[in-house]
Amino acid sequence: MITYIVRRILYAIPILIGVNLLTFTLFFVVNTPDDMARMQLGIKRVTPEAIEKWKQQRGYDKPLFLDPAAAGMNKVTDTIFWQKSASMFIFDFGYSDDGRSIEREIVTRMGPSLAIALPTFLIGLVAYVSFALLMTLFRATALDIAGVALCVLLMSISGLFYIIGGQFVVSKLWHLVPISGYDGGAGAFKFVALPILIGVAGGIGSSSRWYRTIFLEEIGKDYVRTARAKGLSELRVLFTHVLKNAMIPILTGVVVVIPLLFMGSLLTESFFGIPGLGSYTIDAINAQDFSVVRAMVFLGSALYIAGLILTDISYTMVDPRVRLS
Amino acid sequence: MSFTPVILWSDALVFLLLAAGIATAWYIRRREHLLLPWRRVAQSSVAMVSLLVLSLFIAVGLLDTLHYRAALPEQNNGETVYSPEVLSVFDKLVEPLRVRTEKTYSEPFAITLYAKESITDTQGNVLRDYPRLRYGGAHLADESQRNGDVAKRALLGALGGLLAGLLIALGCRRWLLQRNLPLRALLIATLAIAVLIGATIYLATAYHVLGTDKVGQDVLYLSLKSIRTGLIIGTVTTLVTLPLALFLGVAAGYFRGWVDDVIQYVYTVLSSIPSVLLIAAAVLIMQVTIDTHPEWFDTTAARADLRLVALCLILGLTSWTGLCRLLRGEALKLREMEYIQAAQSFGVSSMRILTRHIMPNVMHIILIALVMDFSALVLAEAVLSYVGVGVDPSMISFGTMINAARLEMGREPMVWWALAAAFGFMLVLVLAANLFADAVRDAFDPRLNRTET
Repeated sequence: MITYIVRRILYAIPILIGVNLLTFTLFFVVNTPDDMARMQLGIKRVTPEAIEKWKQQRGYDKPLFLDPAAAGMNKVTDTIFWQKSASMFIFDFGYSDDGRSIEREIVTRMGPSLAIALPTFLIGLVAYVSFALLMTLFRATALDIAGVALCVLLMSISGLFYIIGGQFVVSKLWHLVPISGYDGGAGAFKFVALPILIGVAGGIGSSSRWYRTIFLEEIGKDYVRTARAKGLSELRVLFTHVLKNAMIPILTGVVVVIPLLFMGSLLTESFFGIPGLGSYTIDAINAQDFSVVRAMVFLGSALYIAGLILTDISYTMVDPRVRLS
Repeated sequence: MSFTPVILWSDALVFLLLAAGIATAWYIRRREHLLLPWRRVAQSSVAMVSLLVLSLFIAVGLLDTLHYRAALPEQNNGETVYSPEVLSVFDKLVEPLRVRTEKTYSEPFAITLYAKESITDTQGNVLRDYPRLRYGGAHLADESQRNGDVAKRALLGALGGLLAGLLIALGCRRWLLQRNLPLRALLIATLAIAVLIGATIYLATAYHVLGTDKVGQDVLYLSLKSIRTGLIIGTVTTLVTLPLALFLGVAAGYFRGWVDDVIQYVYTVLSSIPSVLLIAAAVLIMQVTIDTHPEWFDTTAARADLRLVALCLILGLTSWTGLCRLLRGEALKLREMEYIQAAQSFGVSSMRILTRHIMPNVMHIILIALVMDFSALVLAEAVLSYVGVGVDPSMISFGTMINAARLEMGREPMVWWALAAAFGFMLVLVLAANLFADAVRDAFDPRLNRTET
């Protein structure tokens, strides 16, 4: 088991190197630091001196890959690639444009992000699976058709509508919770309740429909017929036999997103003013703070790859047919 | 009035897509085995009604794609001078909607502005009151006549629409009867749509049916213009996705070995970056490039348009990986088939096996993936515009409409109509696309084995 996990992690390294090279190319080769400086300083105030100063303040005045002037190891280490890109492998993200440590921001902002993303994920999973099981129970009846129609309708509505509509109805008309903001500790509940509710409601259409297809595929199999022939009730067949076997395809889609929960949700967080990583990313995009965007890209892919590894491990746990090879 | 046609980049791509679509339809038309699944789609009433709705959207989008610049009245040494404003045939058709701008917000069917202002009346007294609109309900003497007038116009317009709808149905009767189509559903849908359009047109001649936005533009006009942007994002993106996913996916699955390793590595790297972040990063880079080269564009429309095309390119480059993985899996399966092995032992070249034997057999996967992706892309546009990495702010799209209206959420009473219009139009477009995609998937999926013809 441990060798398997170690090997999987070793496989991840070339992929992270690829991500790193790709972001480096995007941010430093396609657009040179000079372009970035011009953009940040504004078209009018650009002088060669101002650009040099801007680059020097941020450490962008070094050669890209190789510094032939330097001595020994400094040839490689005293470059933009080494200091800005390769350093991310030890999770050294450097500083944002306003001079704050990105690493510290990430650590402090993970909490609020998780406070929303984790309950949304858990409640959502239970809700979607139950709804899908209900539709499967009443399959090929008017209830099932109505359920599928509802799913298609819900998944055709823009995610922005759920947020704006929810904020309008719950916060503005009913005054149940504040429109936006965040508070630590127990006070957080009234701020996170609505984002969680909206997050769950927003995903119900596509997820429930997807799970329903999985259950329907499972229900046509032989073991289900055997279970019925033994005289088990339909409910028991569904909840113990079908649900257990359908876990395998469901796991593929579910486990992979667990590490990404740390990143939070871009839309929800910025609409509700939650100081999490999602709103951090949006602010960085709007302020064109490239170092933060680069850090988030790298962090996001690292978490995604962690999710892939977790998926493989969870397979071996739920499906005895899968061998660690 | 003279004009000069303008072909923007996105227009050219739309024409290319249109030509490809027509060519494919022509090709399929004469081959019975390819036509069969489409016949199944045509029998579904849900699919045909969604197709009807979609084709209305597409018609608006296509009319909005024929761009031109009108000649200005003054001349420069005998040479005609063209306006820097790029218009489309659709703009010309709905010119009253486009040019009748008010001062600022007004509600749907309102005859006054949304906020009170100081007005000087004929006696020179200054009053605080809601000023009358320049165009909306300008023919009415006061507010009390409005409801009756709206009802009268809606009824007359609906009757006109019903009549037009019946005429269209009668005109197409012979053509429709020869085919095996869900006639009743189509007839009801046509009449309902005709009534709606008729009423809207007649009402729109005297009112702002969906209100006006901050700078007084008609929201109905903005919503109709947004259709083209949404359609382009949903379709032109596939022009990028398709060749990449098809060639790389099929090659990886068929050749195996190092080709497979390299292609798998590339798509794993791309798909491991969360898509919004990758798109955001690429769009930020594109913005810097566009902003540092203002000399590339002669009109603002050209700049906004190039940004739209670049956005499609970026969306395509970041979203081909899913389809590529599917196609690789399918090619892995197909290469073990007897007919492929027969072709190999006859000495048919790999290129020919790929194009003649493998690609036709993965077409159903491509088609299903493309129609399913369309609605996701239309929805994604709105989200990306909100994040700030969508289309150019000067380009009319559902995303920019929602973004502008969102800032007015806090106002009392709330400015709701622009949001409602954008979400409503998006819902109709995406719902129709989703329903049509479902029907296409059901008809083409070989796992649902059918024996009937």
